[in-house]
Amino acid sequence: MRFVFKTTYDQDIDLAQHGGHRLWYGLLLLALFTAPLWLGAYGLSQLTFMLIYSVVGLGLMLLVGYTGLLSIGHAAFLGIGAYTQAVLAAQGWPLPLSLAAAAGLSAAVGIVVGLPALRVKGIYLGIATLAFGFIVEEVLARWEAVTGGNAGMMVGRPELLGWTIGSGAPFYFLCLVITVGCTLLVLNLLRSPTGRAFVAIRDSEISAQSMGIHLAYYKTLAFALSAALAGIGGALYAHMIRFLSPEQFSIIQSIDLLLMVVIGGLGSIHGVFLGAIFLIGLPQLISEIKDYLPWGIGDSPGLKLVIYGLVLVAFVLFEPWGLYGRWLKIRAWFMLFPFYRKGMFKRQKAFQKSDRLK
Amino acid sequence: MQDILLSAKNLEVRFGGVVAVNDVSFDVRRGEVFTLIGPNGAGKTTVFNLISRIYTPGNGSIHYDGHDLLAQPAHRIAALGIARTFQNIELFEHATVLQNLLIGRHVHRRTGLWSELLFLPSVRAAERETREKVEEVIDFLDLQHYRDTMIAGLPYGVRKVVELGRALATAPKLLLLDEPSSGLNVEETGDMVFWIQDIVHDLGITVLMVEHDMSLVSAVSDRVLAMNQGETLALGSPAEVQSHPGVIEAYLGAVEDASSLRRPAR
Repeated sequence: MRFVFKTTYDQDIDLAQHGGHRLWYGLLLLALFTAPLWLGAYGLSQLTFMLIYSVVGLGLMLLVGYTGLLSIGHAAFLGIGAYTQAVLAAQGWPLPLSLAAAAGLSAAVGIVVGLPALRVKGIYLGIATLAFGFIVEEVLARWEAVTGGNAGMMVGRPELLGWTIGSGAPFYFLCLVITVGCTLLVLNLLRSPTGRAFVAIRDSEISAQSMGIHLAYYKTLAFALSAALAGIGGALYAHMIRFLSPEQFSIIQSIDLLLMVVIGGLGSIHGVFLGAIFLIGLPQLISEIKDYLPWGIGDSPGLKLVIYGLVLVAFVLFEPWGLYGRWLKIRAWFMLFPFYRKGMFKRQKAFQKSDRLK
Repeated sequence: MQDILLSAKNLEVRFGGVVAVNDVSFDVRRGEVFTLIGPNGAGKTTVFNLISRIYTPGNGSIHYDGHDLLAQPAHRIAALGIARTFQNIELFEHATVLQNLLIGRHVHRRTGLWSELLFLPSVRAAERETREKVEEVIDFLDLQHYRDTMIAGLPYGVRKVVELGRALATAPKLLLLDEPSSGLNVEETGDMVFWIQDIVHDLGITVLMVEHDMSLVSAVSDRVLAMNQGETLALGSPAEVQSHPGVIEAYLGAVEDASSLRRPAR
């Protein structure tokens, strides 16, 4: 068992709070930066996808997990970022500028999508964002002059400072640097007043307001930031996938993203990465076990969606804290061995919210 | 003439046909403890919600420290120096006590979005300072033991204290306490008496309180306003108001009814 003795406030403010953190995250970064050496080409491409989905997941976790605003149309921002990058790169814009433009345009649309959030809560906000998702998908399909419509659009390779970044290891490093950067930005935000304001809005809007938190500003900011992150992820996604079409950004993609953050563990950054691993890993697993499933289930077309649905229901019923929550419980079991007690993580139900002022 | 911090005049609030607050006026002097008492449904919490700008009155005005409060939106109230606690504890459930108190310091935030994203040294310095101020509140209320506990795991009495601490963390000039002793036992209510006295004398904060526990009211209040069914009944010192016949009638019923409570002689 580790006992962390804190002697300065900086130890609470720092991201890596003790030697164990520094060791394990250091090793993780080392492994990621040397991945092209020990991971095959296919594994590297899957890891790149995982990093891209993590960036989008960071945005969605910020919105759903930390600010409590449900968004079922997030693939729209992914699509806006992807198409913006594709169009601007084809016109010869340098990568940093086109990434900034993709993030900026997604953020602007995110602000518009966030306007219902000021009036409407919970599942109704989810419905409003779902509607926006359909609208954006339709715009991408109809605006043929720019997006090529349903026929799709080829995407060139990214160019940075005159070098073309080829697929494989160079593109992987680009994604890795951007993912690490975005993660640090989000972690910084979460340990500062803005991040705490988001959590306040999630837990109790009325007392957040009485603490001086301007609800409209912070809700709009949450939408803008999460859309910007999804836009950056979308830009990388465009270069990864090399061919864009509007149906890649449909409601199925939105639900995949939501699944990722919910199964990963709402309200934690670890959950984003665990969810991304799950999202990329489950189809691999399914294709491995397909042949062993009886009665031809393995060959049926809806198998992936059915399994996703079942896994989501199982998590909501049995492990609402998600993969990260399960990891915390497993770690507690090891740390406290043999003194782990069964009811350790059960929380007492509190029935005190009788006159919530809305 | 004592310095008046808050001045409410002719407040009226209607919810449909129900008059919740009817022509209520009172002044709160700087440095005093002013208590609103009255049976349930008297409109006391409604008056608090008017001051917090959660509701807007149909009529009347509220002036605070030279500001017209009715011109301010709800999220500007904390910046003016008014903090409140809630009757049914509105803490941030999925955060620790420390994080709840840190959120209380939000009005004193000096850093912008971009410097926070990059976590510049100015943000780190601001975080350290925020933490120091919050630790002062933790020391004042003896919450050290609960610093890193999630609110969801805390007993009710401690949550009440954290609610008070979060309001104090905003460094207010006027503190609105909505039933601070509800749900507390005799010992905890005694602690509350000491804390309110310390808040007024050591921290120099004016307290406006809604309370049912008459021992607490008598122990700390300078002036009491009794309300019933949205109207004011009596204003004065705790002893004066508690012996006012109209107040007794509001709580116990009219004298004729009170006699029916006596047992018939056998």
